[in-house]
Amino acid sequence: MTTLDEKSIYGPVTSWKTDFDHADPSYNENAHEIWSELRGTCPVAHTERYGGTWLPVTHDLVHEIAYDTEHFSSRGVVVATVKPSDLPDAIPAPIGGAPPITSDPPFHQDARRILLPAFSPKTIDLWEPEIRLLCRELIADMKAADVVDAATQFAQHIPVNVIARMLGFPPEDGAVFRGFVHDVLEAINLEPGKRAEAFMALDSYIAKQVQDHIDNPRDDLTNFLLNAKIYDQPLSLQHVGGSIILLLIAGIDTTWSAIGSSLWHLATNPVDRRRLVDNPALMPTAIEEFLRAYAPVTMARVVKDDYNFHGNEMKQNDWVLLPFPAANRDPEEFENADQVLIDREVNRHAAFGLGIHRCLGSNLARLELRVAVEEFLAAFPDFELAPDEVVKWSVGQIRGPRELPVRINARTL
Amino acid sequence: MKVQVDQSKCQGHNRCYAIAPELFDVDDMGNAFAIGDGVVEPHLAEKARLAVANCPEYAISIVE
Repeated sequence: MTTLDEKSIYGPVTSWKTDFDHADPSYNENAHEIWSELRGTCPVAHTERYGGTWLPVTHDLVHEIAYDTEHFSSRGVVVATVKPSDLPDAIPAPIGGAPPITSDPPFHQDARRILLPAFSPKTIDLWEPEIRLLCRELIADMKAADVVDAATQFAQHIPVNVIARMLGFPPEDGAVFRGFVHDVLEAINLEPGKRAEAFMALDSYIAKQVQDHIDNPRDDLTNFLLNAKIYDQPLSLQHVGGSIILLLIAGIDTTWSAIGSSLWHLATNPVDRRRLVDNPALMPTAIEEFLRAYAPVTMARVVKDDYNFHGNEMKQNDWVLLPFPAANRDPEEFENADQVLIDREVNRHAAFGLGIHRCLGSNLARLELRVAVEEFLAAFPDFELAPDEVVKWSVGQIRGPRELPVRINARTL
Repeated sequence: MKVQVDQSKCQGHNRCYAIAPELFDVDDMGNAFAIGDGVVEPHLAEKARLAVANCPEYAISIVE
């Protein structure tokens, strides 16, 4: 693992309204209460941290920014102590460092269309048997224990293994990928030089894998990108590497978080757990509700030029967080927004974002989430949070349990 | 009753295709379109309404 020596450059949060820090460990742990409080007092919170960051918490405001590519750029999507504008060598808009997630129109659509077919529902559905087998192998490995960690022994391995297979990367490098994901998405409040070191390690790992695919071509997404064209030209190696960074980083702890949060819900809500065991046909509806209520992903944008957003004086290069999970809990948009109703049929949630940057991997994430929950419940129809153990939540823009010790009360084999 | 998908709004969330595969299909890019001329048989009317109500991009409409 490449995990950094971690020391936040910021102190404790003094106010969620004027000094919030989404990398403060208490943020994700209390996210729903914090958003609810902010919604009632100011719908756009602000902090001087990270060089100036805004946090709108209503569905309407999140929706508006997601659609407004004129004032908000995707050039930076992870709020951190390093801004894209601080890096003279960073690839400028409209391409950005990890296309298409870091791209703006009009380039964005052309870069996105290269990858869309590989992640369309009909292509992704073919992966179901392999994902199911993977889940069963993970369950077999922990079958005998009374207490298992559903996050570290189960959820986290599923997206790591699947994306390694898709990219044609060594599956045994799973721990290395998780280290990179941690460095990029969780280690965001470090002294800027340390963050640059982590990115150099990631770039050099990807460059090595890409070179191996150039030397030994095979049928996987890496070689697909190496053969792909944009504007009748092969993609630059920079574009290929950036897209691989996107695929590697974006799919891992997002999906792991969604699986972990869903299992956390079932560990803490025995009525819902029994209902799903007795009525598996309810699963697709329940999965959408888990995605709404425990949406893991908050995106970010960079303010293009000074802009007055509903009375908030945003400055050029300020960060704006896009908390889709907060939008999903807005009572103006959802009835009983803070209740998790696994039979909620009308559920226009925004877990995978809104507008042109809709999560490219949403079909894969949804498939992994459904199969993981189905297989866990089939093997362990009764489980609860392990007494005397602590659930540890992530820090930063991706919200989910990083440690989820559960006690198994019934097993099917 | 007919369903239609506004192609300029659809972003490929695939909620409609999951809810009502009898009424919607998806292309190679994962974007949705109404099957045939979009006509909804009476027994699928509720599914059509759910597809409209679950589209995050408000891309689906019902034409009576």
